[in-house]
Amino acid sequence: MKRHLLSAADLSRDDAELVLTTAEELRSLADRPIKKLPALRGRTVVNLFFEDSTRTRISFEAAAKRLSADVINFAAKGSSLSKGESLKDTALTLEAMGADAVVVRHSASGAPHRLAHSGWVRSSVVNAGDGTHEHPTQALLDAFTMWRHLGPKSGGSLDGRRVAIVGDVLHSRVARSNALLLRTLGAEVTLVSPPTLLPVGIESWPVETSYDLDAVLPKADAVMMLRVQRERMHGGFFPTAREYSRRYGLDGRRMALLQDHTIVMHPGPMVRGMEITADVADSDRSVIVEQVTNGVAVRMAVLYLLLGGSQPAVSTEGLPE
Amino acid sequence: MPAHLEPESAAAADNARTVMDGSDIGRALTRIAHEILERNKGGSDLVLLGIPSRGVPLAERIAERIASVEGYAVPVGSLDITMYRDDLRMKPARALLPTQIPQGGIDGRTVVLVDDVLFSGRTIRAALDALGDIGRPKAVRLAVLVDRGHRELPIRADFVGKNLPTSLVERVRVRLLGVDDVDAVTILGSEGEGA
Repeated sequence: MKRHLLSAADLSRDDAELVLTTAEELRSLADRPIKKLPALRGRTVVNLFFEDSTRTRISFEAAAKRLSADVINFAAKGSSLSKGESLKDTALTLEAMGADAVVVRHSASGAPHRLAHSGWVRSSVVNAGDGTHEHPTQALLDAFTMWRHLGPKSGGSLDGRRVAIVGDVLHSRVARSNALLLRTLGAEVTLVSPPTLLPVGIESWPVETSYDLDAVLPKADAVMMLRVQRERMHGGFFPTAREYSRRYGLDGRRMALLQDHTIVMHPGPMVRGMEITADVADSDRSVIVEQVTNGVAVRMAVLYLLLGGSQPAVSTEGLPE
Repeated sequence: MPAHLEPESAAAADNARTVMDGSDIGRALTRIAHEILERNKGGSDLVLLGIPSRGVPLAERIAERIASVEGYAVPVGSLDITMYRDDLRMKPARALLPTQIPQGGIDGRTVVLVDDVLFSGRTIRAALDALGDIGRPKAVRLAVLVDRGHRELPIRADFVGKNLPTSLVERVRVRLLGVDDVDAVTILGSEGEGA
């Protein structure tokens, strides 16, 4: 693996599969009386969150603590960041405190890349979501969830599996990271979205696109619903919420179109009644709660593989830093 | 073409000395199985935990022998010690190996750790730490196929397949069917004298 995890594209297939198999071993930790491993004793992980987040921050915090790392939480609200401190000065402060890894969430796309390649810090940088760009650990936990459900029936891989990602692709860092990672793992991704919510340049992504959800659902092995990110919308992307959910929402009728083994996923937070109805979210097909559990295991795997040794885990096809 | 064997077997043919073959290993494991039963006064409350990778097939084979003597199966599992190693920080991060604790856990049981080679003792030290995070066994015993000496910690084995005096420059290699293509214990000398 590289020293930083900034994009799902940083991961070779070997890297990604190493994360998945490591996460599989770490997942059983949740069933033990002592949910702790000593691998990162004495290492410091800083959670640097410039943007609101509950589940990702808690997930990273739990992952680092279960590996015995010391965790420092640094949220924009209530810190010097709200007083106008720059990313650079914050980074220099963290460096002076001796952080071994910085987990960063920022509203500006590319902020983690800047942090990693500016020379301000020597620590590993893990992107926990930057703007509308990428969210690689979310893609890893989604792939892990699919792999656990769909992998055993196809020889432990996602080769040839069809994944539909539905909704607000334009504002979704989850969609981009998933598209890149799932491609690396051999799955076929179809993005389903209104034309106004597909990003410019989508034809260069390794995916197919469709505007017709009903046509895509019967072939899918996994369906991932995305939240409509109204806080990032400044303009009319669709006429009304009701029309959006009628055309692109997953309800009981559409769920009946799915194959028996197909799973329904959502990265959270969900807006019930908008992109997904309550009966679908609470159905047997829904693995949304499991995604949260898997998130801790996957983030433990990432932190362990980046920080556990003298250098990140070496994979045979790893790209040179 | 026989001349183009894979490099490993070519090197093995040069200076490897076989000290245990398949039947030697089988007899040693049978004896260890009996010794475990004798020491434990039967198979009750026993849990065998193999240390991956080659401790696991050894633990399974010992369990088979115990089952054939006692008439019932004893729980077998595996215990990965990667994250408890004292040299974790000295090498690139390593892949984890499977940990499989049998149903019923280890609390109040007699745990027999099973490994292929006992050398410095550091692996066993790590395994004891790992066990402490999983439960509190009544007792922990250690069974190894080969004890090659050179301990660096105050640790000894309770059940030994073969004591093998070695020099520090020699390498002991255990191969087991299931993981490898043959059952054998070999010593690879580095003196360059040939076999």
